[in-house]
Amino acid sequence: MAYLDICDVTLTFKGIAALMGVSFTVEQGTIASLIGPNGAGKTSMLNCISGRYTPDGGASGPCRISLDGECLLSLPAHRRTGLGLSRTFQNIALFKGLSVLDNLMVGRHGKLEYGLLASILYRGKAVRQETLHRRRVEEVIDFLNLSPYRHQHAGRLPYGVRKRVELGRALAAEPKLILLDEPMAGMNLEETEDMARYILDIAEEWGVTVLLVEHDMGVVMDISDKVVVIDFGQKIAEGTPEEVQADAGVVAAYLGTENAAFTGR
Amino acid sequence: MRGKCGLFFTSYPAEAQVFPSGFQKLMVGLFLLALAAAPLTLDAYLTSLMNLIFIAVIGAVSLNLLTGVCGQISLGHGAFLGVGAYAAGQCTLHGVPFVPAILAGGLVTALVGMVFGVPSLRLKGIYLAIATLAAQLVLEYAFLHGGALTGGAGGLLLAPPTILGFAFDDEFRQYYLLLGFAAAALPMVTNLMRTKYGRAFVSIRDFHLSAEIVGVNLFAYKLAAFGLSSFLAGVAGGLWGHYTGYISAEQFNIGLSISYLAMIIIGGLGSVIGSVFGAIFVTLLPELLNAVSNGLGAVFPDIAQHVVALREGVFGLVLILFLIFEPEGLAHRWRLVKAYWKLYPFAH
Ligand SMILES: Nc1ncnc2c1ncn2[C@@H]1O[C@H](COP(=O)(O)OP(=O)(O)O)[C@@H](O)[C@H]1O
Ligand SMILES: [Mg+2]
Repeated sequence: MAYLDICDVTLTFKGIAALMGVSFTVEQGTIASLIGPNGAGKTSMLNCISGRYTPDGGASGPCRISLDGECLLSLPAHRRTGLGLSRTFQNIALFKGLSVLDNLMVGRHGKLEYGLLASILYRGKAVRQETLHRRRVEEVIDFLNLSPYRHQHAGRLPYGVRKRVELGRALAAEPKLILLDEPMAGMNLEETEDMARYILDIAEEWGVTVLLVEHDMGVVMDISDKVVVIDFGQKIAEGTPEEVQADAGVVAAYLGTENAAFTGR
Repeated sequence: MRGKCGLFFTSYPAEAQVFPSGFQKLMVGLFLLALAAAPLTLDAYLTSLMNLIFIAVIGAVSLNLLTGVCGQISLGHGAFLGVGAYAAGQCTLHGVPFVPAILAGGLVTALVGMVFGVPSLRLKGIYLAIATLAAQLVLEYAFLHGGALTGGAGGLLLAPPTILGFAFDDEFRQYYLLLGFAAAALPMVTNLMRTKYGRAFVSIRDFHLSAEIVGVNLFAYKLAAFGLSSFLAGVAGGLWGHYTGYISAEQFNIGLSISYLAMIIIGGLGSVIGSVFGAIFVTLLPELLNAVSNGLGAVFPDIAQHVVALREGVFGLVLILFLIFEPEGLAHRWRLVKAYWKLYPFAH
């Protein structure tokens, strides 16, 4: 079985189908991109994987979403993190009132194992674990060059930095699979290149499997091992960047909408 | 800490301290000493004001934990204090020693608070406010019609607190008892806020969808916030009941809930030191207005009456002014002052 296995996912909102029997797979340690025009259902798919939405089922029988052989659909969202899943959001969803450091520490919430008493007294295990996990978080801070912002409140940071903090919060959980929803949206060229570099490093050095939703076709075609195209809730193509770019159906789907975006920067 | 001029840390635990610099530790130590010595210079009236402030500090910091830190608004906090007062009162009336009785009052209130916190999983903002208002009214009704448990409309008479045979039976003795409880509660809440529980609470307040994604169990943590907050509210209520020696349903009405909300708004939502400022401000404001109206009354006898009538209005006005001009509360002012003095005289 594939590392991330998505099989026959259908999702409807009050009778309107956002996803119709979508299936695809992602191999361990690779970067897969999910592309498609606006409203195609990309975010909905990430929400199904992360547990925000529950799929209605499949077109034929029950659907399946599994990570490394473990079924995700039977778990509530907050327990999926424990299986190695984390994500970022299309619209920044940081904890505004916490510092960058604390945002990343919350990212490790599930890994901190001390009780209420240790927390209230700030003794023993609480101190040891806070220090230990602070060290791990500092590795992420170094990796993403966030050290100038460490103690600043997330709500006051510039847009590009907030996008990076969100990536950092997802990374702090030490995920096996990371879902990135348009991490480059609204960024300038330099920030986009930095972000692409980070994503490559996450996959290659950290060994994290990446599922990327992104509109910047130049980046998608450059860094992806595999591209999945959906349109109006249906998968219309799946393959290597070259295969997908040559696919007549994909070109047609993009021609009417955003051909310019598809052919690259 | 952001030590711009000369505060450098060589280990994470050193940086994680609440009072990182030696100067701060010294100031806190001096402040505690001054508090311990204060009754020597205060008369009974001023001491009683201090005592009310200590109780209010515990109540305010507990509401701030729930509303300011975790974002769950509560209009039932006054009634939660009442639950603690009645529960602790019943304990001491049945011969339970004072400290265990206060803690038992806290535990009972924690349970009650968690029950009334269950709707928070579904309700937010104004809807949760109304649900907690319902809790307030239900509890008020229970206080009035609780039979022997609450003494009904007659209330309960309580003996002064006694610990190991020592009776805290005047204002000055109560001072040290209440100071002790307040001085224990504040560091506990501070610790809670800088560890995973506090961070999880803030994450729920700031963006509950991403809180869930990072692995925070929303239901469990919202209930924990209600439980912890109500525990401290119950302790404050138990202390208050034994301080006044008499508890009745009117003490814990919606007005008390609103006073506590006023404290945390004026002091600063989500801030421990803000809770302290708010408790001081709201406890002293009526006394100040009283003094003003008495002073005016001596000079212009007919004005005094109107000033008394205006008191409630002034209270509301102050609250509105804070919401408009200092929405981050007194804690924000405090941070600005601290930042200024930290660099003094070399501000750059
Ligand atoms: N919570 C929701 N309620 C109703 N419709 C939704 C909801 N979320 C998404 N949709 C609909 O599902 C479709 C796919 O949306 P989305 O997954 O956000 O697209 P994409 O991310 O590809 O731009 C859109 O038609 C959108 O209107
Ligand atoms: Mg989207």
